[in-house]
Amino acid sequence: MLILKKTGWAGLLLSCLVAANADAQAVQPPLNDSEKALHVLNRLAYGPRPGDVDAVKRLGVKRYIEQQLNPDSLPLPPDLADRLSALPTYQLTATQLYQQYGPPSFPPNSATPEEKNMARQRANKDITPQTHFSRLWLATESPRQLQEVMTEFWFNHFNVFEGKEWVRYWNGEYEKDVLRPNALGNFRQLLGAVAHHPAMLYYLDNWLSSGVNTPEARGRFKGLNENYGRELLELHTMGVDSGYTQADVISLARILSGWTIDEKGMKEGQPAFIFNPRRHDGGDKIFLGQTIKGSGYQEGEQALDILARHPATAHFVAAKLVQYFVSDKPEPALTEKLARRFLSSNGDIKAVLHTLFDSPEFWARGNYQTQFKTPYQYVVSSLRATATPVLNVRPIDGVLNQLGQPLYGWLTPEGYKFSEEAWLNPDALLRRINFVNGLSNGKSPIARSDPPPPVPGAPPVAVAPNTAAPIDPQQLQQTLAPALTPHSLSTISAAPANLQVGLILGSPDFMKR
Amino acid sequence: MKRRDFIRHLGLTASGAILIPVGLSGCVVAPASKPQAKAKPAPAAPIVMVDSPLSYGSPLQRPHATGDGTPRMIVVFLRGAVDGLNVVVPHGDHNYYKARPGIAVSRPGTQNGAIDLTGYFGLHPALQALQPYWDDGRLAFVHASGSPDMSRSHFEAQDYMETGTPGQHNTRDGWMNRMLGVMPASTSPMQALTLGESVPRILTGRAVVANMPTGRDATRPTLIDRPEVSQAYAALYAEDAALGKSYRDGISARKELMADASSSEQKMANNGAPLPNGLSIDTARLGRLMRSNPDIRLGFVAVGGWDTHTNQGNGNGQLANRLRPLADGLTTLARELGPAFNDTVIVVMSEFGRTFRENGNGGTDHGHGNAMWLLGGNVRGRTIHGAWPGIDDKSLNEGRDLAITTDFRSVLATLAEKHMRIGDPAMQKLFPQYGAGNPHALNLLV
Repeated sequence: MLILKKTGWAGLLLSCLVAANADAQAVQPPLNDSEKALHVLNRLAYGPRPGDVDAVKRLGVKRYIEQQLNPDSLPLPPDLADRLSALPTYQLTATQLYQQYGPPSFPPNSATPEEKNMARQRANKDITPQTHFSRLWLATESPRQLQEVMTEFWFNHFNVFEGKEWVRYWNGEYEKDVLRPNALGNFRQLLGAVAHHPAMLYYLDNWLSSGVNTPEARGRFKGLNENYGRELLELHTMGVDSGYTQADVISLARILSGWTIDEKGMKEGQPAFIFNPRRHDGGDKIFLGQTIKGSGYQEGEQALDILARHPATAHFVAAKLVQYFVSDKPEPALTEKLARRFLSSNGDIKAVLHTLFDSPEFWARGNYQTQFKTPYQYVVSSLRATATPVLNVRPIDGVLNQLGQPLYGWLTPEGYKFSEEAWLNPDALLRRINFVNGLSNGKSPIARSDPPPPVPGAPPVAVAPNTAAPIDPQQLQQTLAPALTPHSLSTISAAPANLQVGLILGSPDFMKR
Repeated sequence: MKRRDFIRHLGLTASGAILIPVGLSGCVVAPASKPQAKAKPAPAAPIVMVDSPLSYGSPLQRPHATGDGTPRMIVVFLRGAVDGLNVVVPHGDHNYYKARPGIAVSRPGTQNGAIDLTGYFGLHPALQALQPYWDDGRLAFVHASGSPDMSRSHFEAQDYMETGTPGQHNTRDGWMNRMLGVMPASTSPMQALTLGESVPRILTGRAVVANMPTGRDATRPTLIDRPEVSQAYAALYAEDAALGKSYRDGISARKELMADASSSEQKMANNGAPLPNGLSIDTARLGRLMRSNPDIRLGFVAVGGWDTHTNQGNGNGQLANRLRPLADGLTTLARELGPAFNDTVIVVMSEFGRTFRENGNGGTDHGHGNAMWLLGGNVRGRTIHGAWPGIDDKSLNEGRDLAITTDFRSVLATLAEKHMRIGDPAMQKLFPQYGAGNPHALNLLV
């Protein structure tokens, strides 16, 4: 009896295993065409707009990917281009922003506290909303979606915090002229452009850093500042566990001493970056086991070369890309493959992404509709799915704040996390649901521009009525069809009509990408 | 629905999972190696299990204790590495003034000088609001404490302090979450409350955590508070394991928060007290909730902006401007806890300290040893705990930082054991690899 029982149990176990195996195969068919289209729209873009899934299906996902990897082949719609060029501060260089939005608040200067305060408020009122508009218009409407996704990715990788004084003046320009053009370019070039930009020099204090006992090391420029050198190693290139030492951090800070902001030159229209040899530590340095001969400016370029082609950098960047595009828990084999491609292509970002989008891991059903959207991805994809025009950024800033991911608002240099662990929590789900319910009736303040500021003496301008129609649940359902499970579809269609749009956008399906 | 009824209702309708403190912010951790499902189902209504070996509220004789005897712990995490040497100032040491010509807090008795505590140590003047707690013996510091790991990376050091496993990257959960797992079972989804938008690392894990929105609008009713709406979503989320759990926990916590907050805010309004500002808005709410709901045993709040590489200031300036509202937030918290303050230990900690010498830019760089702050009715106050390593050249760590003489886990383990009454076997879970040989019997409590 006992034996029989044992055999019976083992037999049962065996048949379970077989069944489970069969099950595993049964539930893992390759993605169908609609699912593939949604997948690329969710990962290479910020989700589908109405009609996008069908358009990608017609085009074919392979061609869609090729187009996205070559953004210059995709013209910006004239209307979007016109709106961007109508943003006055969006056209300005870092130097012009400095000149026009002064008086400079770099201490010490002759500006009174009131003047500095007024300058700050003016920047806040003018530059910040224009920077936010440009990002959100491009994220919601640009056909070059992968370029936008990668711009956000690199902004986060090379994070600067808008709230730190002068960063607010320059973060838009940093994104427009450094990150976006290099987003699918060469990593070494990107790294160098970041290292020279005043937003980064200012944010991580390198502009203040001087070699010890150098001729112009005095006042606020007196000492060596390790901040940028450390983050450059830890966050921008090699990653924290890659074996560099505190001595390497100090060497790198010495190498980059004198890389600063040319405040005086900017007043005369010069570019922001300058190398000041009189604040540079000219001695020889040992950096990552190599001797760097004291040679002034060139040392910095040499150090960036070493970092950009370091295997640890390739690995660190590859792992981050896999985490962003494939899975929270990157499969090591794919990371390895991308790291090798990174090294063999000398840091060609497009080549690395090409390999990534070609990988079986990217297309595995186990990685389909499994990544929990970040608040930014959630908000932008909601605006896209409902084709809500962004006429007012303040309510978007408000909701991103509430969801814990304010635009340009991460204080510390490591940037936002892109993982479920960081973002999924009970309260967040409820806040997201409240947000999309506000979108559903077409009366969202996002789609209503602020009235122009009152002109003294003139009669008040009437507020334009919001003519947007409520979102049609049928159409939304069609836009997002491959994402919605049968359970969601039946639950939604059983619900009162006025809740349906909110239910689709607030569904577990739409929380994921 | 009254809270008690609500919980009973929960017990009847929700899945088994809700009966035990698992899951919650759920989905965030790897599958448990040992499923907690074996835990016995909790009773239908919350009770204080005075007979349990891990019991809360065992009537220990405590000089200050006038609360209900339910021990509570709140961690205030200062992200960015606060300069502990300017918080608890060694004003009796001329090395301090030599190393910090621009940013030292001047000696007691001078303008903007330190508030003298011990003749050698003094308190930053912006923390004046805390002085009465020091004088009453309810505020103490553990100086020269910190993590044995030498990382000077903010996020890595924070990670280690929040997981309680310095040097180990792959710890899945935070020590406060593990603490929930070894406390007596409760039916409440609100045993631990964190302020802010996301669940911090320290509370990530298997056990239920509620996070509370911050700011004035946190308890304003929203669409999801309407039953027909929350029910529609409940149906939608019924089949998604991870997100469904999160959704249900969110709704439960939301209802409890709304019920508790509205009643205590009602009382506030009746007293005509004005709402405080900034951090104090949130700590006031946290304090009131913890006072009125003994189920909530752990609280967490993070305060950022301590990474003072430039223009740190001395008795005035950037650091002072952050310390002042922090002191207000802490005193508000202590006040609003009411009698529960006597059952609470508030721990203020930061990931590491800063360099002993000021840098060329009037700031400090990433350093090592720091001061942990302890505030509470049963704290052995008016004391600087720990051993002072000294700040002469040969005593500094790597010639640049305050050395560490007390492992932060020693402080936390002492509080877990002596204050939260967590027994020996469970302590191993709380701070793994922090062996029994380590002293965690600091004399921190009266």
